[in-house]
Amino acid sequence: MILYLLCFLLFLIGLYGVITRRNVIKIVIGLVFMEFSVFLLLVLVGYVEGGEAPILDETIVSGPFVDPLPQAMVLTAIVIGLASNAMLLAIAIRLYKKYGTFDIRKINELKG
Amino acid sequence: MEAILTIILIFMILGAIYSLHARDLLSALISMGIVGYGLVICFLLLKAPDLAIVQILVETITLVIMVSVVLDSTRHELKEKASIVHDGQSFINSRYVGNIFIGVLIALVLLYTYHFAIENLTPFGEHLMRMSGPYLEDPAATTGSANMVTGVVFDYRGYDTLGEATILVTAVVGVLTVLRIQGRK
Repeated sequence: MILYLLCFLLFLIGLYGVITRRNVIKIVIGLVFMEFSVFLLLVLVGYVEGGEAPILDETIVSGPFVDPLPQAMVLTAIVIGLASNAMLLAIAIRLYKKYGTFDIRKINELKG
Repeated sequence: MEAILTIILIFMILGAIYSLHARDLLSALISMGIVGYGLVICFLLLKAPDLAIVQILVETITLVIMVSVVLDSTRHELKEKASIVHDGQSFINSRYVGNIFIGVLIALVLLYTYHFAIENLTPFGEHLMRMSGPYLEDPAATTGSANMVTGVVFDYRGYDTLGEATILVTAVVGVLTVLRIQGRK
């Protein structure tokens, strides 16, 4: 149970970063932390005590395996996370080139 | 097992806090690496080798992209001050107080809802294979893959992977569009 709570704490720290930081790069970092905490929570839920990695072998044919379904979903989510991070960073570069600052408040004031 | 994971998670949380409070953007990125690679160790301990490999790759690529962005622009970090000095007197920054208030409020609401969610979860290590039970019955014969994660990704849930590939292509097209050097006037 404490592991789930710590995962949630990591999520909250990411949220705190997104809400309170002024720097665009720091906001991206906060989003990355939120992503990571969700990945870890999904994999934690799928863990079976004493289970093996879900890969068949000559020696391990039908032991208790950990759940492969959350792992497959997280695999998809990690790659999508990379794509969205690259998109966010591209927009951050564009903002810096246009306004000369990473400060989100100043960018907000300098509309147009 | 649970103790080791707890220690690694606490380190990750400390790294995350430092990363959000670092003065220098480059050191913030490096402490973001603590969280990412800590996640890799957690995946290895949780018997998910495929995820660990993918996470190492993705984390390294993300770090390289972010470091190149920061080196291309500025390393200066913007600080929100708790008080504003105006005409020799210091006033409390109302925006700062508002941020803290909203943050605590959101945290409490999320904690309340999370408390309901955690009651429906099985305790750590006692997962019931309700969804993936059929996947685990003789997986090598049904999918022809020794790795069950590959079997799920490319066989049972192939349409998900198709959607993932679509998202990747869309993101690459988006990045190329945004970063095009000559904008149309």
